[in-house]
Amino acid sequence: MSGIRDKVAIIGMGCTHFGELWEKSQEDLVIDACTEAFDDAEIDPKEIDACWLGTVDGGKLGSRLTRILKLQYVPVTRIENLCATGTDAFRNACHAVASGTSEMALVCGVEKLKDTGYEGSLGGTLDAEFQSRCEVPVGPPAMFAVRATRYFEKYGLSPEKGKEILAKIAVKNHYNGARSPKAQFQKEITIEQVMKAPLIAAPLGIFDCCGVTDGCAAAIITTAEKADAMEKNYVLVKGIGMCNNAAQPVLDDDYGFIHFIENRVSSQRAYKEAGITNPREEIDLAIVHDCFTITEMIIMEDLGFSKEGEAWKDYEAGFFSLSGGLPVNTDGGLKCFGHPLGATGLRMIYEVYNQLNSRCGERQLKDPNIGLTHNLAGNPDCYCVAVTILGKP
Amino acid sequence: MIGITSIGAYVPAWRLDKSAIARHFRGEKSVANFDEDAITMAVAAGMNALDDATRKDIGVLYFASASSPYSEKMAATLIGSALDLPRTVRTVDISHSTRGGTAAIFAAMDSIKAGSAKKAMVVASDMRRAKPGSNHEQNFGDGAASLVIGDTDVAVAILDSYSVSHEIMDMWKGEREDYVRSWETRFYITQGYMRAVAEAINGLLKKTGIKPSDIAKAVIYDPDGRSGAALAASMGFNPKSQLQDTFFMAMGNTGTPYSLQMLIGALDGAKAGDKILLASYGNGSDAFLLEVTDNISTLKNTDIMKKLLESKKQVPDYITYLKWREIVDANPQHARPTPVASATNLFREHEGIIPFHGQKCQECNHIEWPPQRICSKCQTKDKFEPVRLSDKKAALFAHSKDMITSSLDVPLIYSVINFEGGGRMITTVTDKEVKDIHNGMALEMTFRKLFCTEGHTNYFWKATPIRLK
Repeated sequence: MSGIRDKVAIIGMGCTHFGELWEKSQEDLVIDACTEAFDDAEIDPKEIDACWLGTVDGGKLGSRLTRILKLQYVPVTRIENLCATGTDAFRNACHAVASGTSEMALVCGVEKLKDTGYEGSLGGTLDAEFQSRCEVPVGPPAMFAVRATRYFEKYGLSPEKGKEILAKIAVKNHYNGARSPKAQFQKEITIEQVMKAPLIAAPLGIFDCCGVTDGCAAAIITTAEKADAMEKNYVLVKGIGMCNNAAQPVLDDDYGFIHFIENRVSSQRAYKEAGITNPREEIDLAIVHDCFTITEMIIMEDLGFSKEGEAWKDYEAGFFSLSGGLPVNTDGGLKCFGHPLGATGLRMIYEVYNQLNSRCGERQLKDPNIGLTHNLAGNPDCYCVAVTILGKP
Repeated sequence: MIGITSIGAYVPAWRLDKSAIARHFRGEKSVANFDEDAITMAVAAGMNALDDATRKDIGVLYFASASSPYSEKMAATLIGSALDLPRTVRTVDISHSTRGGTAAIFAAMDSIKAGSAKKAMVVASDMRRAKPGSNHEQNFGDGAASLVIGDTDVAVAILDSYSVSHEIMDMWKGEREDYVRSWETRFYITQGYMRAVAEAINGLLKKTGIKPSDIAKAVIYDPDGRSGAALAASMGFNPKSQLQDTFFMAMGNTGTPYSLQMLIGALDGAKAGDKILLASYGNGSDAFLLEVTDNISTLKNTDIMKKLLESKKQVPDYITYLKWREIVDANPQHARPTPVASATNLFREHEGIIPFHGQKCQECNHIEWPPQRICSKCQTKDKFEPVRLSDKKAALFAHSKDMITSSLDVPLIYSVINFEGGGRMITTVTDKEVKDIHNGMALEMTFRKLFCTEGHTNYFWKATPIRLK
């Protein structure tokens, strides 16, 4: 297997403001993000020869993408892989470009969660088989919070100390979000605010959780050769790893409910493809799926950035801060962008793309070469993790 | 000799101090949790009376209730399935009267006598709806009882019986009515209850030649915590020494299972040779003369009523009770709508959902729930044997406390549990004290309602802290 490394280039990207966008329709968001991507790539929409649309709750019709953009008789594939939908749409488009069947592909991820009329967290679309079986009426916060209690117990953090470490993650991401003009939340917060905030799913409080948000992001990708010939800035895809589980957390009583095997498998695949052997040293920034603060802490260990049970020490040392050894969620992450499912994976890629192109203003890192995105989906019976490694040519 | 071979009972964990209903009301009433009803309580009482040997001998199951959640659709099939009784069991619903519990005993006796069943199971359960603030609400409690009737290893022999049918409009609930109604109290008590029960007991005493003084315990249905003792005294029983405790101040009148629960209470401390009188009420009365045999020494659960009544939690306030009964609409606005349970899915996955069978892989012995076609451990296809999980103990492996659930059970304990002997499920812990929740805690399973839409209740199993040690 030769893999995807250095075959596909991102030549343009777009991303809307993320937030409660009451005045914007799905159509508006798609047009805004895709237009920015077309302009950034300096191409005419007519040059697009294939499209991928990632959306979970945005409707079943893939054709909505060509209909909205008035693209003329090109194929659209609608992708759904829960919270990892955006990255999976990107992955499929990369495969088409690498195979030579598409030379200029559009990938768009969109979600209008604030149009559903439901308060609080996502309910998800329930399949009939779940409805009549064992549906526990909780949202994602409770499903991820179980790992916090387990983590604290296993690695000997008192509940208070554990809460404080999680608060540091939220504070770090809000610091970055405050320097991120497209984020939903652009305010810095304090440890005390996080610790005293109302509980959503104990031990997680409201600042440990990401928002329920509208947003859209898009990418234009082509072959590395074509990008080179176009004589503009671009970013190369170095590796992609993805896996879906087989409900092991629910079916196997030896699944530990702290670490995500899915994170480990997917990141190892991506590292191998990209030729990365020491991720803590070789990766310059990582935009990861911090749907909840505890998730980010566990991801640091699963991706090999921290030793097992010791990520909390790296947070205390500021290793993942903007000025640290491996800045994580430089744009504020899901914590500040919220999580419009289909859009999130592409929003992550947007941040790495902009960092590698040195366009990030106040939060710009110094000469990053390699960035990682990590997108995690699902409930315990259906996790999916997608990791991309992107690098300068 | 035909009689009782096994007993079980259930009183929900929750009590409402009746002074919460009206300041001058005294005592407590047992209150089914929001996820319980007559069917779930029947399953709980039935599980207590069963072991594997008994299970395979049950030829007929009678479910007696005046408050079955379904006015059309048999409940006994669902209860029999949740109890994991054989598919060939005959099932009968005896509905619409608090006398149904003893009517079921008659039917069970006749089945044994006729030889159509080796053992017959009676499960009586009620969660009757009473108008807020009414005397009925003061009097009614929730609960269930179960008896297995057979002709071998009998612990309590049924010697004789006498029955009176009494047509009177003293207490009723129209099909489209929300609550039980009655004519004025004096009429109901004197011309309904007292007249019929006295007639049945007198008939039984005359038929058998037994005097009140020959009776060790008189178990007499009591509508209001007073009239039973008055009736017993008027008939020559000593209310202090001979009358079985009605548990009225501790749980209220539980309707159909009430006289059966009292009978089970009367067996606590009973000696071989004791004669027991049992009398029910509901448009007439069934009276039985019973005699305790030597097998009483090995009968399990004789102290179960005492234990169930001692093991209790307080409903925090009256509004909580009203929410549980859906008298006050507690559904949060803008929550996702409750999905309609899929009948086709329930039909196909019945084994995993109602009798709660997991499966054991015959290649690698891995136990998993819900049943899969392909083993998650060794990927062997279609090679499993069923494992009943409903009577397995479990331990809490991981949990969180959800404050934003659409459930009435806030905080909802999102729980990953591991079964003793293998197997895991994600569920919730019901009837819990939040402060007691910790990883590693011991749990047992309980049959509960998940949700109800369009009259269709989706029943399933939840975890609960082990109640009776």
